[in-house]
Amino acid sequence: MRVLVLPALFDEANKLRRLTVEVMQRLDGAGIDSVLPDLPGCNESRQPLEAQSLDHWRQCAAAAAAHFSATHVLTLRGGVLAAPPEMPGWNYAPVAGRQVLRAMLRARTIAAREAGRDETIEALQQTGRSEGVELAGWPLGPDLFAQLESAAPQPDAAQVEIDQGAIGGGALWLRAEPDESPEQADALAAAIATGLAPA
Amino acid sequence: MTELAPSRSDIDTKLRAILRDVLGLDAERVERFDGDTGLFGHLPELDSMAVAGLLTEMEDRLDIIIEDDDVDGEMLETYGGLLAFAEAKVVEN
Repeated sequence: MRVLVLPALFDEANKLRRLTVEVMQRLDGAGIDSVLPDLPGCNESRQPLEAQSLDHWRQCAAAAAAHFSATHVLTLRGGVLAAPPEMPGWNYAPVAGRQVLRAMLRARTIAAREAGRDETIEALQQTGRSEGVELAGWPLGPDLFAQLESAAPQPDAAQVEIDQGAIGGGALWLRAEPDESPEQADALAAAIATGLAPA
Repeated sequence: MTELAPSRSDIDTKLRAILRDVLGLDAERVERFDGDTGLFGHLPELDSMAVAGLLTEMEDRLDIIIEDDDVDGEMLETYGGLLAFAEAKVVEN
């Protein structure tokens, strides 16, 4: 058994970094292997983010699953959008690409307004689709932007949803400052270990 | 049967819970927020990305849509301003 972990996207990846790693440590303690690759253009990847697309991320996630002989996949938040749909596993608090973009578009318009510039979400969306746009410090190319706009978790995927209510406590991706929660890591790891236990 | 609109205190409770999650504060501290408690521009951790998350979460939990034009300094400056905005939006729906 080996679990491929697909991290949350962009700012949410930073907020959930500690939770992600803590879940992996707990799985390791329970004798379950897990691997956490960087999506191309994210975290320590040396690929440029602006050259990425969701299609490419999906191909890379499938390639990583094959390379590491992963049997299951755990996605966090927007990581679900890159997951191989036929792989069994879990989607923690899955989110549609549109919602991921909405918060980032909003952050940009709020920052612009503070700086005395007038930007609208609609105009930024058009720029995003045609030439790409930098949102909250993340340079998104037109392919990734457009594909995120229409990407959503697939209802017929082989993965089970784990929502925040099942984990308990306040969602860490919402925190203004990155934080950790040993209790939430315990709960998420336990849900996975239970799912992997022979019936 | 028509569903009753959420009461003012219900909106107040939900809004405090969202702020608690965003700011990572304990319930007691958020409970002490009053109408004049400063938010955006007063709390250093509440930057534009955090405010964006806050607004998106308000849409989900209060079942409202927040338009581009709705967002201004006044609604974000104090807890009272944000609560008044949320109440107006819920009524509008």
